[in-house]
Amino acid sequence: MIAHADNIPSGRHPLVKFILRWLLTTNHKEIGTLYLSFSFLLFFIGGAFALTFRAELAQPGLQFMGADFYNQMVTLHGLVMVFGAVMPAFVGLANYMIPLQIGASDMALPRLNNFSFWIMPFAFGLLLSSLFMPGGAPDFGWTLYAPLSTTYGPPSTDFLILGGQLMGISSILGAINIIVTIFNLRAPGMTLMKMPMFVWTWLITAFLLIMAMPVLAGVVTMMLTDRHFGTSFFEASGGGDPLIFQHVFWFFGHPEVYIMILPGFGIASQIIPTFARKPLFGYASMVYATAAIAGLSFVVWGHHMFATGMPLATELWFMYATMLIAVPTGVKVFNWVATMWDGSMTFETPMLFALGFVVMFTIGGFSGLMLAVAPVDFQYHDTFFVVAHIHYVLYPGAIFATMAAVYYWIPKWTGNMYDERLGKIHFWTAVVALNLTFFPMHFVGLGGMPRRIADYALPFTGLNTFATAGAFLLGVTQVLFLYIIIKTVRGGPKATDQVWEGAEGLEWTLPSPLPLHTFETPPKVD
Amino acid sequence: MSQESLHAGDGPPDYYVPHSSAWPIIGSTALFVTAFGAGHFIQQSTDKVPTATGSYGLWIFLIGLAAVAYMMYGWFAQVVKESIQGLVSAKLDRSFRQSMFWFIVSEIMFFAAFFGALFHARVITVPWLAGASDNLQTHLLLWPDFADTWPLFLTPGGGLTQAMAAWGLPFINTVILVTSSITVTLAHWALKKNNRGALKAWLGFTVLLGAVFLVLQVVEYYEAYHALNLTMASGIYGSTFFMLTGFHGLHVTLGTIMLAVMLIRSMRGHFTPDDHFAFEAASWYWHFVDVVWLFLFTFVYWF
Repeated sequence: MIAHADNIPSGRHPLVKFILRWLLTTNHKEIGTLYLSFSFLLFFIGGAFALTFRAELAQPGLQFMGADFYNQMVTLHGLVMVFGAVMPAFVGLANYMIPLQIGASDMALPRLNNFSFWIMPFAFGLLLSSLFMPGGAPDFGWTLYAPLSTTYGPPSTDFLILGGQLMGISSILGAINIIVTIFNLRAPGMTLMKMPMFVWTWLITAFLLIMAMPVLAGVVTMMLTDRHFGTSFFEASGGGDPLIFQHVFWFFGHPEVYIMILPGFGIASQIIPTFARKPLFGYASMVYATAAIAGLSFVVWGHHMFATGMPLATELWFMYATMLIAVPTGVKVFNWVATMWDGSMTFETPMLFALGFVVMFTIGGFSGLMLAVAPVDFQYHDTFFVVAHIHYVLYPGAIFATMAAVYYWIPKWTGNMYDERLGKIHFWTAVVALNLTFFPMHFVGLGGMPRRIADYALPFTGLNTFATAGAFLLGVTQVLFLYIIIKTVRGGPKATDQVWEGAEGLEWTLPSPLPLHTFETPPKVD
Repeated sequence: MSQESLHAGDGPPDYYVPHSSAWPIIGSTALFVTAFGAGHFIQQSTDKVPTATGSYGLWIFLIGLAAVAYMMYGWFAQVVKESIQGLVSAKLDRSFRQSMFWFIVSEIMFFAAFFGALFHARVITVPWLAGASDNLQTHLLLWPDFADTWPLFLTPGGGLTQAMAAWGLPFINTVILVTSSITVTLAHWALKKNNRGALKAWLGFTVLLGAVFLVLQVVEYYEAYHALNLTMASGIYGSTFFMLTGFHGLHVTLGTIMLAVMLIRSMRGHFTPDDHFAFEAASWYWHFVDVVWLFLFTFVYWF
């Protein structure tokens, strides 16, 4: 990043200037950098929580912690990874790349952008402070099911609720900013159907955020009033119902899952054409498929609740609607494969991560189809099979997509090429480690091992030991990722403006490294 | 604060990009103090949980709220100043309009969460507790005397309450809000015809109607608590009633404040017949609050 002196009044101590610059900035590249750094920090915190409970699961019995602390770690791992690592990483990429990709000079509402970011550290301060409160951190899983979170939740649950509301404000304001930027700030000639896929997927994601996050705010508010003000939303003796919690939560929760994957689809759709040296196959169908997935995401939430009590007709509806999602998702996978067909492919690190994304996300998609079948879901429900599924869509899905994006665009951001050899080592160890970690979970889950329990039956020992070894290896590979990034920021072979031979799009017409202000005069798009 | 124009020359810049601003970080700090104080206050006042701040949660909460108000005043004043300086181009104006639209969409979804809870309770939960669908055995085992009624006068746990009648105060409030939606539109027409007197009169009348609505809601709540034994704690009927009407009342309060600010700005000579987005945004918000009320009146009070 280039220091921009006119940001801050001169004549102050350099450290004060540095702090003020990052606190007060309205520049989309700086705010994008803040988002990405913040999400990387929380990625390590969430990972540390995961390694803590994986250590406990290495052997049956309780070795390192009590069941209650185990539950706290599981809960915080989920919350931190979903809201602190994956979402801010994608928002950071959106901030950084969308103005560059549509030829805008900045986000539509730059000050609001700063506001959205700086709410996040405070929100996570509130959430993580719960670890140090009497009664410990929340211990009921990231889904916050009532009555575990209402009648039985520890006092710190209130701070989880308030932190969650702050995160909601941040996400909604951020999403409004992104949607308005895309609708209003495109360069002349950049029609909607010429926009890069990353921009398209983020447009739809922002819409999902605006529709879903307020519902989360609503449901945690009902938790708060049930806990303290005597309401009985989730209390049967007052005529309420824990199922109301589940319905409202998953009405948010399912779109949330797509919020965490659609930008990843966009990233894969940018990277694969670049390294296949062919235009994206079926651009229009990609756009419509993304919109179809987003639309369906609002009518399938009940598949999270097959085993908890719904009328038969409702179960059937949610089952068929869920299976229908496989159609647009299949269109996307088909298009990625067809893009590569007959291409002159090379396999630089971003392409490797994008391919890992396509292959392993598809594994997660298939296990999702299995879970969508209501009668068999009664068997899988609340087992490690669900854990395997969600981690196959999120780790090689959302996280690999983010890493692919970082490798893809970091030469543009810093002006330096990353270390290709280290990048490849990072990819291959991550692939081995993550399959070692998450693949055995399919088997123990089908074998009947329940999730969110600190202990397990002896026959599951071997596979769990493998999973724990994989998890620690996976943790180490991400330290390597941090090292690669720092090394690239500090120096390296100079990147050209186009960076990749096959790269197309407005961002590649700009110099590497990027100046602080770009497209002050909008480019013309033919 | 320095400014940057994307196209140098006469007239407003193509798109005004402020270089840096302290208001956002003041705002996020203020939100944090508010949330931190609210958490401590709630625990201290309802659970008597000893927390790190002794009994000062309420004060921290109020300081946070005051800081949020200060931030909003300062930030909006800054934007108003920029607008008066002529920095707002047609394109930036479109950004403001679109973001207000999406903000209202998010507000609609916030209410949708509570309406969802209400519909689930009425259509599924209460009948199921009374044995509908395949729940007869649960019904007989847990609360065999429980009957399916709405409003739910008698909860499974034995709580008794009475319903709030739709055609008393709530109906008067409906008339007030619908009228206020008309008067704010009349104010808008007056503004477009540059009839400043009528603008101030109709806008003032709208603010007054908003205030009367709020006073009547306080009366209604008083009656609910003291005459009908209808409280937040009286089962799912009371829960949904107070959650929906309470959050709606909060939004009416915010809308009234917005319109009052527009009234003050009109008196100071702000707004022109073709440039008055702040007024429009406040009136959109007011119409949104009005429409939510119509749903409330229909599903919370009437049916």
